[in-house]
Amino acid sequence: MSNMTRNRLLDGAFRAVGLLATMLGLLLLAVFLLDILRTGLGRLNWQFLSALPSRFPERAGIYTALLGTVWIMVLTALIAVPVGLAAGVYLEEYGRKSRWSALLEINITNLAGVPSVIYGLLGLNIFVRFLRMGSSVLAASCTLALLILPILIVATREAIRAVPKTLREASFALGATRWQTIWYQVLPASMGGILTGIILALSRAVGETAPLLVLGVLAYVPFAPKSPLDEFSALPVQIFNWISRPQQAFSFNAAAAIIVLLLITFGLNGLAIFLRNRWRRHLP
Amino acid sequence: MKQRERLIEALLALSAGISVLTTGGIIVMLAVEAAHFFRQVPLGTFLTDTQWTPLFADKHFGILPLVAGTLLTTGVAIAVALPLGLIIAIYLNEYATVGFRNVIKPLLEVLAAVPTVVYGFFALTVVTPFLQRLIPSMAGFNALSAGSVMGIMILPLVSSLSEDALTAVPRALREASYALGATRLQTAMRVVVPAASSGITVSVILAISRAVGETMIVAIAAGQEPRLTANPLVPVETITTYIVQVSSGDVAYGTLEYDTIFAAGITLFILTLVLNNVGYWFRQKFREQYE
Amino acid sequence: MPELEVKHVNVYYGTNHVLQDISMTIEAHTVTALIGPSGCGKSTFLRLFNRMNDFISDFRYEGSILIQGQDIYAPQQAVEELRKRVGMVFQRPNPFPKSIYDNVTYGLVLQGVRSKAVLDEVVEKSLRQAALWEEVKNDLRKSALALSGGQQQRLCIARVLAVEPHILLMDEPASALDPISTAKIEELIYDLKQQYTILIVTHNMQQAGRVSDKTAFFNYGHLIEYDDTGRLFTQPSHEQTQNYITGRFG
Repeated sequence: MSNMTRNRLLDGAFRAVGLLATMLGLLLLAVFLLDILRTGLGRLNWQFLSALPSRFPERAGIYTALLGTVWIMVLTALIAVPVGLAAGVYLEEYGRKSRWSALLEINITNLAGVPSVIYGLLGLNIFVRFLRMGSSVLAASCTLALLILPILIVATREAIRAVPKTLREASFALGATRWQTIWYQVLPASMGGILTGIILALSRAVGETAPLLVLGVLAYVPFAPKSPLDEFSALPVQIFNWISRPQQAFSFNAAAAIIVLLLITFGLNGLAIFLRNRWRRHLP
Repeated sequence: MKQRERLIEALLALSAGISVLTTGGIIVMLAVEAAHFFRQVPLGTFLTDTQWTPLFADKHFGILPLVAGTLLTTGVAIAVALPLGLIIAIYLNEYATVGFRNVIKPLLEVLAAVPTVVYGFFALTVVTPFLQRLIPSMAGFNALSAGSVMGIMILPLVSSLSEDALTAVPRALREASYALGATRLQTAMRVVVPAASSGITVSVILAISRAVGETMIVAIAAGQEPRLTANPLVPVETITTYIVQVSSGDVAYGTLEYDTIFAAGITLFILTLVLNNVGYWFRQKFREQYE
Repeated sequence: MPELEVKHVNVYYGTNHVLQDISMTIEAHTVTALIGPSGCGKSTFLRLFNRMNDFISDFRYEGSILIQGQDIYAPQQAVEELRKRVGMVFQRPNPFPKSIYDNVTYGLVLQGVRSKAVLDEVVEKSLRQAALWEEVKNDLRKSALALSGGQQQRLCIARVLAVEPHILLMDEPASALDPISTAKIEELIYDLKQQYTILIVTHNMQQAGRVSDKTAFFNYGHLIEYDDTGRLFTQPSHEQTQNYITGRFG
């Protein structure tokens, strides 16, 4: 066999291997989603969604966990979004090439790489103990807000960067101040990208489990939270708790709860992609 | 007007400052709490003792078994994610059509959007039983299935960062190679991958950092038995698992046993900090290369 | 049999008709200059001969191109084999980020040549042919990126010669270089003509006049005029050619 033939054969072989490898990840995802559906779909009904937690698997439901997840999603957004947006705007529009902004830059890159369980330890010490919030909705939301802050800042900055310079110049030329330019021109023009970033960050927050466990969030909470200072449970914590139990019946519950959690995270991700594509078309 | 502008700028700067405060908070909190621990356990013992049994009657405080568990699961994850991720990156960048790439990339990103607790369930209920059929001696909790599932989780990270590195290689180099009669594979392996090697290194470093800090998959599927071993078939415990195990258990606050999680935490923090900064530094370096 | 035969070639990028019904014949051991304004299709035309246009996703082609009577777009033609016979030098020097030695041997290593003696010999021979040997013979293990632009371009020529092609395609090989390096490259082209058939795209009329035997003038995807270089520059038969070579457009 000549070298040329051999090289061409190897090339063809790699093409096949490459396609296979690309499909393998997706194939595993499919296997895994099908397995979850097969295990959990039978358990998923109105009773499961509306029942309180119970030590009997067939009576247990995710009512309080689901409400807890909705609570922390809303509260985390309320805390993190203004801060993240403001920080992103500051870094992109005000941050000069100074030591301070270089420090902020490295700092944010580093924060994005801190393991979530460390954020849990931070929240445990600051919010749960020092500020005496206990394992409340507020403590968890503050912790998750810090966790998604780097994601929000980066997304805000990227969205703002995509706004053409000419828009700013036009505004300045009409006598607008820096803030007026940001508020009336830059932010509206970058809203699509920012919104996408917010939704992706929230989908990350919704799925986080480890920080909540470290904060001491419980699986068995027989009431829905009525105020931010109430104790609560969340879907991922409930799922972890069910996975950890030996009885087979609980793993059906876990799978059913996973279907609900995935619906939320995939829903949020889908929404983010939809918004991103929609907004791209509006950009000049 | 001028004052209002200044006030706004100050408020924005304050928000940006929160990120610095967070970092400061993490460092101070870990240092203070770990100091409690190191007042009772000498650093030498912590770093060299080969047993980790803070919750038993015969207490040992050697971090090595937890580090070993962490490195073992991480090693398995990288062994899965690196070759697969690199092949995918090469395939998408050098072989696939633009249309195919545009469909596949968002789908691969879905893998990164799945919550890790869900991956844990998958590892425990699907991957472990499957692997046990191949390797009957494998324990129910082990580093192999937790690590491989973790590898799937970090696959999009490796493939997309590697792809960025491959894309940054100038087209002129590819053309030179093709014009000399190289196949796509030869061009990829002999020209593009070597030229992108620092970018690929970044992807690996960041992937290692992610795997080291990952919690739920290993907490669910790798076990909770600190063990100094390189055997991926037996239960181990990672640093992250230990932190979750103790903080969500019923160990009393303020005791030495409780303070162990901060000693473990600061170890984990330093590990990821070093990895992230080496990655960051490398990335700056390879950006300069093509500018 | 002529070395190269182009028969009624049409090229499209999507709906864009970039080359329209081109036919020409090129004899062996000649230098043919391809001239014309930017975007006239001359680079696309050049890249037909080693099928580098194949990488453009909406590239479409009609007609036939024969090298020594063989259709290079025939289904049984291996492109790698074709590109071994038809070498190419690009506009900007594009050495690999490897040593000088590894750059020159690249094409042979691809073909599985491993013998150090053979490779050493080819490196010396190719670098001599490219008039670079004396400048680099003590630095063969140094990175090619450390060379000057003109040296890099001659290295790229040596890299092509090492594969022993019959035909050399040159896409404005001196446009990114200083006048002294340009002169060296032109001298080189003159020497290489003894062994190779050369097609060169150039923007520089003087250069076309100096190095080529025949010149083809392209405009808007058409081959306007193809003639002996001397005649084309002194008595062009088309007004467009006349306007172009006297610098009225382009």
